[in-house]
Amino acid sequence: MIIPTSYYLVLSGVLFGLGVVAFIFKRNVIAVFMSIELMLNAVNLAFVAFARAHQQLDGLVFVFFVIVVAAAEAAVGLAIVIMLAQNRESLNVERVNLLKF
Amino acid sequence: MGFISQHSVLVASLIKIAVLLFIVMTALAYLTWFERKVVAHIQSRWGPYYVGAHGLLQPLADGLKFLFKEDFTPPTSDKLVYVLAPFLALTLALTALALIPFGPPYVHFLNGQPVFIVSNIDIGLIFLFAITSMGVYGVALAGWSSNSKYPLLGGLRSSAQMISYEVSLTISVVGVLLLAGTLNFNGIIEGQGGYWLGFLPRWHFIPQIVGFFCYLTAAIAETNRVPFDLPEAETELVAGFHTEYSSFKFAMFFMAEYANMITVSCLATILFFGGWLSPFPETWHWQWYLPGAGLIALGIYCVVDAATRMRGIARLQLGVVALLSLGLGGLCLLPGVAPYVQGPFWFTLKVLVFLFFYVWVRGTLPRFRYDQLMSFGWKLLLPVSLANLVITALVLLFPAFTRHA
Amino acid sequence: MIVPLIVFFACAALAVTGAILLILAREPIHSALSLILVMVSLAILYLLLGAEFISAIQIIVYAGAVMVLFVFVIMLLNAGVEERTDFSKFAKFAGLPLGFFLLIEVARWMYGASAGSAIVPGADAFTQAASTRALSAELFRKYLFNFEATSILILIAILGALVLARKSQ
Repeated sequence: MIIPTSYYLVLSGVLFGLGVVAFIFKRNVIAVFMSIELMLNAVNLAFVAFARAHQQLDGLVFVFFVIVVAAAEAAVGLAIVIMLAQNRESLNVERVNLLKF
Repeated sequence: MGFISQHSVLVASLIKIAVLLFIVMTALAYLTWFERKVVAHIQSRWGPYYVGAHGLLQPLADGLKFLFKEDFTPPTSDKLVYVLAPFLALTLALTALALIPFGPPYVHFLNGQPVFIVSNIDIGLIFLFAITSMGVYGVALAGWSSNSKYPLLGGLRSSAQMISYEVSLTISVVGVLLLAGTLNFNGIIEGQGGYWLGFLPRWHFIPQIVGFFCYLTAAIAETNRVPFDLPEAETELVAGFHTEYSSFKFAMFFMAEYANMITVSCLATILFFGGWLSPFPETWHWQWYLPGAGLIALGIYCVVDAATRMRGIARLQLGVVALLSLGLGGLCLLPGVAPYVQGPFWFTLKVLVFLFFYVWVRGTLPRFRYDQLMSFGWKLLLPVSLANLVITALVLLFPAFTRHA
Repeated sequence: MIVPLIVFFACAALAVTGAILLILAREPIHSALSLILVMVSLAILYLLLGAEFISAIQIIVYAGAVMVLFVFVIMLLNAGVEERTDFSKFAKFAGLPLGFFLLIEVARWMYGASAGSAIVPGADAFTQAASTRALSAELFRKYLFNFEATSILILIAILGALVLARKSQ
C-alpha cells in the first residue's frame, strides 16, 4: 500500500506545532534554538513529500538549501549564544531583558 | 520452508549479518593481538607469548578480564548518556561494515542476493560517511557524561579533532568519485579494472596519489590513532574521554576504535586499491591456488613450530591452529571453490596491509600536540585536499581522461 | 506491502516522541539527544519517500554536524538543569487543550486538502529520477546562482561565527 502524501503532511504539521510549543515554553536559549531546528526539519519533510507527490526535483533542491541555510544560521546563532552566556552569566531567556519596556 | 522462500531476501540478509558479525568480532579481538605483537617486535621485545602458543589466547584472556571487572558507574554521572555513549560508538562502528563489499557482486545466493556484501545501495559511499560522521557522538557524549574534568576535556578535544579531519577525509575522496562516476562501491571497484600500459592496474591510487595520502592522514586522525591520539593517550589526559569507564563499557570503546580502523582500511582499499580486484589479469589461473597455498604454508609452519619449539599445551594449541589452517587451505584448493575465494582473498590481503601500516605507524611515530594537530588539519590538509579536487576536476574536463559518460 | 506502512508509523512515532521529549526534558543535553532522534527518524522517512541523497545529507549535515555543534556548545557552557518557569494558569489549563484542538483541526485540514495530490503509482520512478546524478544536474544547472549565493552565505556565517566567538580583547 502506497503511503498517501497527507500522512507525511500531518506528521510535518505535528512536528512544526511541537516546535512552536517548544519555542514558546522553553527557558534555555539553546533549547529555543533547537526548537527552531525542529521547525525547519518539519518543513523539510513537507517539501520532500510534495516533491515526491508532484514527481519534481525542485522540492529536493530546496530542501538542500534549507539544510545549508539552517547550518549557517545555527553556527552564527550559537556564537551569539556563547557571547550571551559570557556577558550575562546565564542561559535563561528571561534574563536577556535590557531592552524590555 | 515456505517462510524461507517467501522472505528469502530477509533470510539471506540475516545469514550474511550473522556471519559478518562473527568474523568481525573475532577479527577485532585478534587485531589487538596483532597490534601488540607488531608494536612489541618494533620495540625489540616479544609481546604476548605466554597465554597460549605465541600469545594467541591473549584476546580471550583480555575479554574474560573485561567481563569480570567491577562495573563501576560514577555516582554523579548522567546515567542515560553514560550508558548510551559506548553503545552508540560500537553500534555505529559495526553498522558501517554492512556496506563494504568483500567480493564481487556476481557471486550470489540462489535467490539473486549477492553473497559478499550485506547491502548494495547506490549511495554507498555517502551513506558510509553519514555513519562515520555520527561516530563523533560516542566520544563527545562519553566525555560529557562522566562529569569529570579530564574526560570532558579529552572528549571535547577528541570530537573537535574528529570533525576537523572529517572535512578533509570527505573532500579527499571526491577526487575518486569524479574518476569513478558512481557512489556505489561495486561500481567504483569495477571502474578500476583493466590495465595501463599492459601491466599497471588502473587502481585509483595512481592518478589520485595526493588524494590517497590526504585520505590516509585524515583517516588516521579520524580514528584517533597515533600520531593523532593525544586526546586518549595515557600520559596526557589520564585516559581521555574513557577515563571513567570500566570493564565492558571500556571494552566497547576499544572495540569501536578497532572497528573504525577496519572500516577505514576497507574504504581505502575499495577507493584507492581496487577492492576485491586482483592485481594480476583474470586469465592467469594460477592465482586461484594462491589462497590455498598460503594457508597450507601457514599450516606447515605451525606444525614445524609445534614440533620443535613448543612444549606442553602450547603444542596442542598450535597443532589445532595448524589443522584448521591445513583444512581451510585444502578447501580453498578445490577447483569448485577456488575461483570464488579470489575476491575475498585479495580484499583481505589489502586490508591487512593497511592494518599493518596503521600498527607500524603507531609503533614508530611520536604524537602531535593538540594545537599542532588542529593547525595541520585546517591549514595544511584541507587546502591540499581542495587543491587535489580542483586539479582533478580540471584534468577531467579533457575528454582523453574521462572514461565514463 | 505492509512493511512501508509499519516503517512509516514507527518513524513517525519516534519523531513525535523525540519532539515531545525535547519539550519535556529538563537538561539541554537530553533535548539535544531527542532532537538527534527526530532527525534520524526523518532521514529514514526521506529514504521511504525515495530521496536517498537528501537522507544522507540530512544525517551528515544536520545530525552529524549541526547537532554536534549544539552538543559542543552545551558542553562548553556547562548548561545544567533548566530553571522552571511559572506558567500562567491560563497556559496550563486552557492552553494545552486548545493547542491540541488546533493540532487536530490543522491535521484534518491537511488530510482533506491534499487528497487530490495522490502519489502517482510506480513510485520507484521517483527514486530513479531523484538519484544523485539527476539532483546534481538540477542543482548545478538550473539553480547554479542559488548554489553560489549559498556558498557566499556560508562564508559569511563562518566569518561571523569566528568574529563573534572570539574573546573580547
